[in-house]
Amino acid sequence: MTLSPSLVRDFQKLLGRENVFTEREDLLSYAFDGAVLPPRAPSIVLMPPSVELLGEALRRAYEGGLALTARGAGTNLSGATIPEPGDSAVILTGKLNRILEINQNDLYAVCEPGVVTADLFRKAAETGLFYPPDPGSMEVSTLGGNVALNAGGLRGLKYGVTKDYLMGLEFFDWRGRLIKSGSRTVKCVSGYNLPGLMTASEGTLGVFSRLILKLLPAPSRTLSMTAVYNNVAEAAESVAGIIAGRVLPATLEFMDQKCLKAVEAASKIGLPTEAAAMLLIEVDGFYDEQVRGDAEKIRLICRKNGALAVDLPESQTERDRIWEARRGTLPALARLRPSVVLEDATVPRSRVPEMLEAVGRLALKHRLEVGTFGHAGDGNLHPTILCDRRDPKEFKRVEEMVDGIFEAALKLDGTLSGEHGIGVAKAKWMEKETNRATIEFSLALRGALDPSGLFNFGKKVV
Amino acid sequence: MSAPSGEKLPLLKDGPLALEGLARGLRTLDDMLVRCMRCGFCQAACPVYLATMREADVARGKLALVENLAFGLSRDPDAVNDRLHRCLLCGSCEKNCPSGVRITDVFILARSLTASYLGLGPLKRLVFRQILPRPRLFETLARVARFFQRPFLRPAGGDPRTFSVPLLRPVLGERRVPRLAADPPPGEESLRIPRAARGLPRAAFFPGCVPDKIFPGIVRASLKVLARHGAGFFIPRERVCCGLPLLSAGDREGFLRLVKRNLRAFREEKFDYLVTPCASCASAVRVYWPRFSAYFAGEDLKSLLFLAENAYDATSFLTRVLKADFPPSPKDPALPRVVYHDPCHLRKSLGVFEEPRIILKSLPGHLYREAPGAERCCGNGGSFNLAHYDLSFQIARRKRADLISVSPRVAATTCPACMLQLMDVFSREGDAVEVRHVIELYADSM
Ligand SMILES: Cc1cc2nc3c(=O)[nH]c(=O)nc-3n(C[C@H](O)[C@H](O)[C@H](O)COP(=O)(O)OP(=O)(O)OC[C@H]3O[C@@H](n4cnc5c(N)ncnc54)[C@H](O)[C@@H]3O)c2cc1C
Ligand code: SF4
Ligand code: SF4
Repeated sequence: MTLSPSLVRDFQKLLGRENVFTEREDLLSYAFDGAVLPPRAPSIVLMPPSVELLGEALRRAYEGGLALTARGAGTNLSGATIPEPGDSAVILTGKLNRILEINQNDLYAVCEPGVVTADLFRKAAETGLFYPPDPGSMEVSTLGGNVALNAGGLRGLKYGVTKDYLMGLEFFDWRGRLIKSGSRTVKCVSGYNLPGLMTASEGTLGVFSRLILKLLPAPSRTLSMTAVYNNVAEAAESVAGIIAGRVLPATLEFMDQKCLKAVEAASKIGLPTEAAAMLLIEVDGFYDEQVRGDAEKIRLICRKNGALAVDLPESQTERDRIWEARRGTLPALARLRPSVVLEDATVPRSRVPEMLEAVGRLALKHRLEVGTFGHAGDGNLHPTILCDRRDPKEFKRVEEMVDGIFEAALKLDGTLSGEHGIGVAKAKWMEKETNRATIEFSLALRGALDPSGLFNFGKKVV
Repeated sequence: MSAPSGEKLPLLKDGPLALEGLARGLRTLDDMLVRCMRCGFCQAACPVYLATMREADVARGKLALVENLAFGLSRDPDAVNDRLHRCLLCGSCEKNCPSGVRITDVFILARSLTASYLGLGPLKRLVFRQILPRPRLFETLARVARFFQRPFLRPAGGDPRTFSVPLLRPVLGERRVPRLAADPPPGEESLRIPRAARGLPRAAFFPGCVPDKIFPGIVRASLKVLARHGAGFFIPRERVCCGLPLLSAGDREGFLRLVKRNLRAFREEKFDYLVTPCASCASAVRVYWPRFSAYFAGEDLKSLLFLAENAYDATSFLTRVLKADFPPSPKDPALPRVVYHDPCHLRKSLGVFEEPRIILKSLPGHLYREAPGAERCCGNGGSFNLAHYDLSFQIARRKRADLISVSPRVAATTCPACMLQLMDVFSREGDAVEVRHVIELYADSM
C-alpha cells in the first residue's frame, strides 16, 4: 500500500475517524460482492456521513490519484464493486440513506443514494403510492446501486425497470462538482438526457448524490395464478402467446422442474414436482372486472398452449404460498450445493423456448446441475449453476458453460445481461455483443468524463 | 418450540494454539463457510450493521474474515477476533439467510479458536474458571455485593427501580442498573414440592444466574406459578451457570466444564422437565448443549440429550406441557398497557413467541399491545453490552422507540438480560415504563 499517510489524515479530518477505514481486516470485508470472483482489497474505505462530504471526499480522492469504486449494499452479481488494482478507495453510501420527500401531489420521491429499495417501497405504500422496481435483493439493495445497474425485478413486464422511474438525478463528477440533471416534471428536455446516460453506468461516470424517482398510484386489485406443464416448450409458447394476446400481466415468472423439486423439498408447500415447468402469473389493476377478464384470457391462452392445469387460488394464504415458492427458489437451489452461479442472459421473448433448450444442452455437455427460473415475460432467465467453488475442475466446467450461455444468447439476438450488469465478469464479452466502434465510442465518452481513468475503470467497457 | 438441533458441531482439540493450528482449526469450518453465497441479505436483519453500516459488522463480512484467517489471506487473529466479537450472537442474520448458513455456530467455534490462540485474559479466567463453577463462592460474592451496594447507588430519575453508579463509572459507564436483589427471595418452604398433583409432571427448576442474583422476584413468581398449577419441582443444589456467557466469550473448555457439572447436578433427583424463566438458559440447554454432544459420553450424554429434549422456558411449559388455559381478558381501553419484547434466544433460537403473548393477553389488569418490530434484538447480548456499551445502547434506543410507540405502562419480556437492557434505556431516556418478566405479571394476577 503506497497511499500517503497525509492523505489518510486528510480524509480522517474531513469525514471523522470513524468514517475512514484503513485496517487490513476492514479493507478485506470490502474485497468482494455478490459475484463469485476472486476478492481484492482496496487501500482505503470512505463512508461520507453527508452528501456534501461525499463530493469533497470524491474530489480529494480523485486528485490523490485513487481508483474509485462507489458501493451501495454490494449485492451486485457482476463484480461491479470489486475494487481496482493499485491505490484504490471504496466510497460507501451507507450513511446517505434519507428519503427526503414523498410528493403525493406530483407523485415522485426524492432520495439519497443509500436508501434501501424496500424502504422506499414501504414509505410510498404508506400513502397509497407504488414504487414498482423490485429486484430480488430489494430488502438490502440501494437505490444508487439500482440506478447504476438499472435493476429490474418481477414486475418488469408491465411496469418496466429502474430506468423507467428515474426522473432526475444529481451526481458528483471527477472534480467533485455537483451536476444536476432531469427534473421533478413529467416532461423535461433541458439539456442532454443525463439520467439516461447515468443509468447502468456502473460507477464509471460519476457518483450519484440524489435521485428523483417516479411513483404510481398503487393498484388495488391483484389476482395470482399458476399454470403447470408437461414440457418446457409449452410453457415458453404460453409466454409468447400471452404477450402476443395483448394482455399485460404485472408478473410472468418461470420455474423449471429442478426448481420446483428444490423448493418443494425445502418447504413442502405442495408444488407439482412431476411437472416439467410452471408459470406464475399475476395481473393487477383498479377494477375487478378488468382484472378478472385479464386472468380469464390468460387462462385460455395457457390451456390452448398445453397447460395441464391452470389454478387461480382465491384465498390470500394460497396466493402467498405461490409467491413464497418463487421467492424461495434461489435459496432452495443454494442449499443443494455449496455454491451457486446465477446467470442473467436475456433474449427476445419469442426466443425463450430456444434459449431454454440451449441451457439444457449446455448443462448436459458440461455435466452440471442447473436450475432455471426467472422473468420469462421479459425473456430474462436465470440459469443457476450449482457447484462447489472449491473444486477447480468443476469450476472450470462452470466457466465454460457460462461462456456457452453468452454465446447462445447472442446468437438468439439477445444480450449478455438483462439486469445484473457487466462489471468485471462480462466486460470481455462486450465487443462480441456490439462491435469495436461501440467500445471505442464508449471509451471516448468515458475518457472525457474521467480524464485520469479512475472511476471503476476495470468495469463495463474496457 | 423447535426440536433440539440435530446438527452436531465438529470436535476440536483443547489447549493453546499457534497461528498455523488456529488456521487449521478454522479450516474444519470450511463446509459451513462455503455455503455463504455473499448475497448480503443478512444486512437487512443485523442490528449491529444497521447501527454502523460497516460490512465487517455483518455476517457476510465476518464469515469472509474467518475464511481469510483460515486460508492465510489474513494473518492477524487479534483483528479478526475483535470484529468477531462485535456481534450479539442474536441469530437475526441466520433467520434471514437464504442459504441456510449456520452463522452463529461458525462464530461460536471461531471465537473459541481465536481465544485458544490469544488466551482468555485474567478477568475472564477468574470469573469463568474460578467463580462460576463454584456455586457457594459465587453466592457469597453476590451477598457481599448486595451488602455493600447501597452507598454506590444514586437514584437516577425515570424508573424508581434503577440507579446510576457514579463511583463505578470506570467499569459501568453511564449505565443505569437495578438494585441487586431488591425483591425478597422465595421463602425456604417454597423451594420444593416433592410430588406433583395427580397426572402432572415434576420439574427441575433452573433459575438462571440473573434471576438468582439480581431479580429473585422472578424466581419467587415462577415457583408460585408452578405450585398453583400443581406441578412438582425442586431446584438442583449443585447447579451452576448454563455456560452461554463462556461460549460467547470463546471459552469452550470452561463451557464444557459447566455443562458437565450441571449434568451431574440434575441427576440429584428424578424429574420430567427442566423449567427456567430465562430465555437464554432455555436456549442453552435445548440448542447449544446438544450441539456439543460429541464431547460427551455415557451417563453424561444420556442426561444431556434428555435435558435438551425436555427443557422449557416457563411460558411454554405452562401452555404446552401443563396445557393451562389462558382465556383472553376483556379489552378495556382504560387499563394500563403492556407491551412485549421478544428475546432472540426465545423467538429466533427456540421459535417461542405466541406463548408469552397468550399469557399477557389473559391478564385482567392489563391491556396488551403489540409493538412494531417486537422481534428485533434489544442489543444486550451479554458480554457484547460490557465490551461495546455505546453500540449496545444505540441499538437499545431503536428498540425503545418501537416499544414506546404504543404508550405502554409496562414492558414485559422473558429474558432477564433483556430486562437489564430495557431498564437501562428507559431510565436513561426518562420513560416511566416498568420492566417486568411475563411470569411476574402472571403471578401478580393470581
Ligand atoms: C440473491 C440476489 C438476487 C438478486 N436479484 C436481482 C433482481 O431480481 N434484479 C436485479 O436487477 N438485480 C438483482 N440482484 C443484483 C443486485 O442486487 C442489484 O443489481 C442491485 O441493484 C445492486 O444494488 P447494490 O446497492 O447492492 O449495489 P452495489 O452492488 O453496491 O453496486 C452496484 C453498482 O452500482 C454502483 N453504485 C452504487 N452506488 C452508486 C452511487 N451512489 N453512484 C454511482 N454508482 C453507484 C457501484 O459502483 C456498482 O457498479 C440480485 C442479487 C442477489 C444477491
Ligand atoms: S445472508 Fe447468508 S448467504 Fe447471504 S451473505 Fe449473509 S450469511 Fe452469506
Ligand atoms: S448474530 Fe446478530 S449481531 Fe451477529 S452478525 Fe448475526 S445479526 Fe448481526
